Amino acid sequence: MTLTETILAAHAGRDRVSPGDNIWIDVDTLMTHDVCGPPTIEIFKREFGEDARVWDPDRLVILPDHYIFTDDPHAQRNIEHLRAFAAEHSLAHYYDVGTSRYKGVCHVALAEEGFNLPGTTLFGTDSHTCTSGAFGLFSTGVGNTDAAFIMGTGKIWVRVPETMRFVFEGALPPWLMAKDLILTVIGDVGLDGGTYRALEFDGEAVFDLSMEERMTLTNMAIEAGGKNGIIAADEKTEAFVRARTDRAYTMVAPRADARFVYEKVYDVSQMEPVVAKPHRPDNRAKVSEVEGTPLDRAYIGSCTGGKFEDFVAAARILEGNRVQVDTYVVPASTEVSRRLREEGLHEEGLRGEGLSGGKTLWQIFLDAGCKMGHASCGACLGGPVDTFGRTHGTEVVISTTNRNFPGRMGSKQSAVYLASPLTVAASALAGVITDPREVLV
Amino acid sequence: MKAQISGRAYVLGDSVDTDQIIPAAHLVYSMTEPDERRMYGRYALSAVPDAEAGLPRGGIPFVRDGEYASDYRIVVAGNNFGCGSSREHAPFALQVAGVEAVIASSYARIFYRNAVDGGFVVPFECARRLADVVETGDHLDIDVAAGTVHVRRLDETFLLHPLGEVAAILEAGNVFEYARQSGMIG
Repeated sequence: MTLTETILAAHAGRDRVSPGDNIWIDVDTLMTHDVCGPPTIEIFKREFGEDARVWDPDRLVILPDHYIFTDDPHAQRNIEHLRAFAAEHSLAHYYDVGTSRYKGVCHVALAEEGFNLPGTTLFGTDSHTCTSGAFGLFSTGVGNTDAAFIMGTGKIWVRVPETMRFVFEGALPPWLMAKDLILTVIGDVGLDGGTYRALEFDGEAVFDLSMEERMTLTNMAIEAGGKNGIIAADEKTEAFVRARTDRAYTMVAPRADARFVYEKVYDVSQMEPVVAKPHRPDNRAKVSEVEGTPLDRAYIGSCTGGKFEDFVAAARILEGNRVQVDTYVVPASTEVSRRLREEGLHEEGLRGEGLSGGKTLWQIFLDAGCKMGHASCGACLGGPVDTFGRTHGTEVVISTTNRNFPGRMGSKQSAVYLASPLTVAASALAGVITDPREVLV
Repeated sequence: MKAQISGRAYVLGDSVDTDQIIPAAHLVYSMTEPDERRMYGRYALSAVPDAEAGLPRGGIPFVRDGEYASDYRIVVAGNNFGCGSSREHAPFALQVAGVEAVIASSYARIFYRNAVDGGFVVPFECARRLADVVETGDHLDIDVAAGTVHVRRLDETFLLHPLGEVAAILEAGNVFEYARQSGMIG
C-alpha cells in the first residue's frame, strides 16, 4: 500500500484498503476557521441538538484567519460566534482574535502549534488543508456538512484515492523554490489531473527541502484537483514536530508493495523558474517566456507564500533596493510576523538567523518601500472590500499565493500571475516580470 | 430527490471555480438568517467573467440585477466544475438561487461531495459534453430514474452517468439522514 492507503487502512481498522474503496475512518484532528466555522457549528447543532457535545474537544482546532482585519460587521459577528462556541465547549485549541493567542493562517498555525502529526488523519474546512500532508499524514479539505458530521461523531466516509507519485531528483539551484516545482507539476497534469487522487512527493530533492518548503508542495496539491498531498515523514519532520508538541503519533513508512497510478521523475537541476499566467493555476510559463510583462502590484503572503522562509527569500532580493510597484507583505502567522521583526538575513542567504548589517527582515521590507500587513489570509482570496492588498480594478499582480481564477484577489477584471517569492521580489524591483537569476548574486 | 427536474439551462465553460460561483467577499453572510441567506442567491455565479457568463454568447447575468433568484434551474458546465476553494457556500448559493441540478462533464472532488452530503443540488455527469450542445435558455427535462436529459429545442435525449453510490445520500436528503437510516448515528 502507498503512504496514503496505509494511513487510511489503519484509521478504518482494516489490514488493507484499495483505491476506490468507500470506507468510514476515524478522524484524529478537525480544523475550522472564521468563514466555515460558524455555519459548521450551526449544522452541528441542527443535527445533534443545541446541547450536543463535540466528540473530542481536544481534537478540534479553531483558527480564525480569513476576515480578521476588516470593519465588516458580519465578519466580526462570525468571530463572536466562534468565541461563544469555544467558551461553551471549553475548547483548549481556540486561537482568539485580539489576544496573544491569535495565530493567523490556519495551515501554517497547525504546523507551528504541533497539530501536524505523522501517520494521523486531519480534516479541515478549507481546501488547502492538504498542506499538512507535508508531515506524512492524511489531510484534506471538506465542506461544512462533513465537518459538522465529524464534530459530532469523529468519523467520516472517504473514497480511498489512487496515488500519483512525483519524484524530484538532483540538487535545487538557488534561484528555484518549491513553488516552482509545484507550479511545474500543476502545469504538467492540469487543474484536474489529480482529481480523486493522492499526490505523493518523493525523491532526494524533496527530502533536502525544509518543512516550510515541503508545505508549499503539498499546499498546492488541490490546484491539481488532488484529494491530498503527502510526503513521508523523516528525521526533519520528527525534529520539527517534537520541538512543538509531546502529542503521541506513529510514524508510517511507505511500503515496498505500493502501486502508483502515475509516476513522473524530475531533475530539479534542469528546471527553471515558472509562473502560472492568468487565470488558471495550470497556465504555466517559464519566467523567461513572460519576462517584461508590466505589473501594477506584487503580493507576498498566504499559506503558500507567506511563511518565514518565503520572506527570507524575498528579502535577499529586496535588501538595499526599492520596489517599483506597490508591494504588499502579509505574514501568514503572528509567529512569522514576530520573526520578521526579530531576525535578519544571514550572510549565506536562505538561513534567516542573526542580524547582518543590523537590519531586521521587517526593516528590509520597509526600506524597500513595501506595505506591511497583519498576519492573516489577507487578499489571497480577495475578501471584504477593505481587505489589505485586495484588487478593485484592472490591476496586474504577481503573487506568491495559490490561485489566480477570475476575481480570486477581489476584482474579476484584475489579472494575477502566481510565482515563487524570489520571482515576485525580482519582479517587484523591476516593475515587470523578471527572472530571479538576473538579480540574485 | 425529485423524479423529474425541468427548467431552463445556464451554460458555463471549464474549471469554473468556487470563487466564481460565490466570491469570497460574500461568505460573511449567515447561511440560515433569511435576510442574509438570500444574499447567496443574489451573488451566485457573480464572478464569472462576462464573456463566459451564459454560453455560447456570454454576457447573460445568472441573476438579474437586484434579484435574489435566477431564472435558470439547471447549470450545464464543462469539466472540473467547482474546483478551488472547499466552500460549501458554492453549491448552497446555487440552491438558494433556485438551481436544482448541475450537469457537468466532470467535477472537482470537494464541490461534488459538498453538493451530495449537504443535499444542495444534484450533480449529474454526462458523457456527451453538453456545454457544447446546450445553449443558455434551452429548456431541459431531466428524468432522474431513467438517467436521461431531454433538450427540447433539439428534441434530443442524452444519457447521464448513473449517480451510483451517492444516490442513496441524495435520496435520504443529506449525509446525516443517510447515516441515521443506515444506523450509523442515532
